[in-house]
Amino acid sequence: MYASPEAVLAILGMAIVTLAIKACGLLLADRLPREGFAAAWLRHIPGAVLAALVAPALVTGSLAEIIAAAATAGVFLLSRSLFAAMATGVATVYLIRLLIAG
Amino acid sequence: MNQTSSRRDSSFDRFLLGARACFPVAISIGAYGLVWGVLARGAGLTLLEVSLMSGLVFAGSAQFVALDLWTSVPSALPVGPLILAALIVNLRYLLLSATLRPLYPAKGGMGRGILSMYFVTDENWAMTVAAMARGEGSVAFLVGGGVLAWIAWMGTNLIGYGLGSTIDDPSRWGLDFAFTATFLALLLGMWKGRGDLLPWLVAALAAILTSRLVEGSWHILGGGMAGSLVGAIMEGRRHVRQS
Repeated sequence: MYASPEAVLAILGMAIVTLAIKACGLLLADRLPREGFAAAWLRHIPGAVLAALVAPALVTGSLAEIIAAAATAGVFLLSRSLFAAMATGVATVYLIRLLIAG
Repeated sequence: MNQTSSRRDSSFDRFLLGARACFPVAISIGAYGLVWGVLARGAGLTLLEVSLMSGLVFAGSAQFVALDLWTSVPSALPVGPLILAALIVNLRYLLLSATLRPLYPAKGGMGRGILSMYFVTDENWAMTVAAMARGEGSVAFLVGGGVLAWIAWMGTNLIGYGLGSTIDDPSRWGLDFAFTATFLALLLGMWKGRGDLLPWLVAALAAILTSRLVEGSWHILGGGMAGSLVGAIMEGRRHVRQS
């Protein structure tokens, strides 16, 4: 078991900045007013972040991803089950890629 | 489950609830964990360096970027750029952790809150905000999902490091789509009405545009900021019209 001092320094630095950023978000939100514009802004972050996570993956995706996304959405809206939706998406992508490749 | 019965549950029950909610995404975290372990070995990290980085940094995208910069010659290791890259890649967590504020007591006691931030990943954050919308969110739920993600990440990193290059590409099994599918389903679950449409569209367009212009995870920050600000502005206007 060995780690160079330079590596330990880099890893500790990476760990500290990562935790600091996460803590800053929480402390920043702690200082914001609990109502009005700031509160409305915080309420809208989750949906906006999720939309931002999903959108680029879908527009850069191939036909397989687009069909799988539609299947995922359909299964989720019908079943309200996250796991069923995810499993459908993964299985659809897998099968379509298999068909296209094979 | 109604609000009162969920309050009566112990922290440990909520911890398990969070872990269970994150189980599906833990599978895909594990698939990427294997790949990272294999690449880390190729980049020349020692077993101890792998354990330290996965254990302490615990941030997938930052760790993948770090492998690009890594050199196996210690004296040539770009320590500053490695730390700076981690900072930049993780900037999006400012937005994510800010939304977790309602989980903590209204006054004081943020010390433990800061420690629990260590367990925030994209995946258990998404599960936790979805649980918060149902009135089931809690710090124990967040940490439960985080601990499961940590075990999946650390465990598979070490397995990948040990196995070397015999690992498949996760996309061969469609597992690369697991994140997109989960986030899409969570997004649909957050729909509260037509007021969400414009903020989400703005977030999606801003994210697409950002991802075209700059590499990395900037699109999460760009889209998240643009969409949430539009949502807040729209809400402000509605209040003005009503009063």
